[in-house]
Amino acid sequence: MIVAAEFKPGTFVDAIRFMGDHAGLLLARTGEHVELSAVSLAIALVLALPLGLWLGHRHRGFLFAASVSNVGRALPSLVLIAFGLTVLGLGFWNNTAALVVLAVPPVLTNAYFAIDGVDRDVVEAARGMGLSEFGILTRIELPLGLPLVIAGIRIAAIFVIATATIAAIAGGGGLGEIIVDQASYGLPGVVAASLCVSALAFLAALLLALLLRAASPSPGPGA
Amino acid sequence: MNLAAASGPVIPNFGQGSACERTNGWFCTDWLHAHWGDTLQPALVQHVELSAVAIGVGFVLASALALAGFRFRLLDPPIGFFADFLYTIPSLALFQLLVPLTGLTVTTVEIALVSYTLLILYRNMIAGLRAVPPEALEAARGSGLTRLQTFARVEVPLALPAIMAGLRIATVSTVSIATVAAFVIPQGLGRPIFIALDQGVFKTEILAAGLLVIALALFADGLLVLAQRTLTPWTRSA
Repeated sequence: MIVAAEFKPGTFVDAIRFMGDHAGLLLARTGEHVELSAVSLAIALVLALPLGLWLGHRHRGFLFAASVSNVGRALPSLVLIAFGLTVLGLGFWNNTAALVVLAVPPVLTNAYFAIDGVDRDVVEAARGMGLSEFGILTRIELPLGLPLVIAGIRIAAIFVIATATIAAIAGGGGLGEIIVDQASYGLPGVVAASLCVSALAFLAALLLALLLRAASPSPGPGA
Repeated sequence: MNLAAASGPVIPNFGQGSACERTNGWFCTDWLHAHWGDTLQPALVQHVELSAVAIGVGFVLASALALAGFRFRLLDPPIGFFADFLYTIPSLALFQLLVPLTGLTVTTVEIALVSYTLLILYRNMIAGLRAVPPEALEAARGSGLTRLQTFARVEVPLALPAIMAGLRIATVSTVSIATVAAFVIPQGLGRPIFIALDQGVFKTEILAAGLLVIALALFADGLLVLAQRTLTPWTRSA
């Protein structure tokens, strides 16, 4: 079988060696990667979170929230990066724009369904106790819907980190720059950078899981 | 670099062709006419093949895992964790991490694509099966159905809407991720995009191939909606 000829698990050992030899390079690229991802995710959160939460609170725009997520999923990351390149040219902002477009749907849709799905009796009870609409949203609905909201942010973060890798073809920098340039770095370098970017994605997922745990009210006997 | 292997014959040519092609206009319909047959159509067919195989294999694997996770609850957390683990690895990284093991082959691409379908398919299957109302199971038992009959005739049909919802998401994501496969093998609709990027960002080809991927994803989604309506006629009246 062809597989046998190409089976070179030793590459992973070389990749680890590459990490040791080029720690500075990998660190610098990781920094760029984090910067591009964090800026994009932050912009997406600012745009999508308030809208999703507000629509969910008003129980309006079901069709909008559902179609945003459908359309968002159908947008391939590579296509978005390439479109961004044709429209905005090379650089940080075309990639940021593409990443924001990719990150908005999961954040928006999950925020909407998280708040929309909160038990209406609980909301009515809070309203009866004299809580303002804003108070209902921030003190009742948001804490109850938080797991779903954070799940959406997690999906967006994973998408953004994955796509920031592809952004290297459009001058985005980051770890993708090593991954798409096997001619300069060799397969061990490519594998090393792939491991770094995977680690980054797991770290982001872990951070959000911890955030969720910290933010969740403990379901103690008194609660 | 992999892209070099993927480029092949130089297709968009700024030197020849129509005025639109020479000036790299936004959308040159004459280029489309000239290169549909030798560029876009084969890429589209490859894209459909890559995606269909991945979804097929992913569905079978996820079904087996879901059967195990549903029957033996202890297995559910580790399976879910494993699927989640695979899902978190960025696509381009996963492709490249497989290259030392399976080379620049279709196998590499399919392993990665299948990995990404598992989480969504598995989660939706389990959620659908668990959501079957106890009354339905009680009624099945009362009618003398065996455990296997209950599963095949009551639990699976009732879980079908959730399973189909998962299949729709998995299909759309697979079609979308299959574009990235062109980093590893010269196949699929990602390839014309790479060629166009390599040749000074030839806009027509990027837009045409990109829109084809999106259209393919939406078309496949539409087909699954129709399939779901046929399979679960009882959900339509609601």
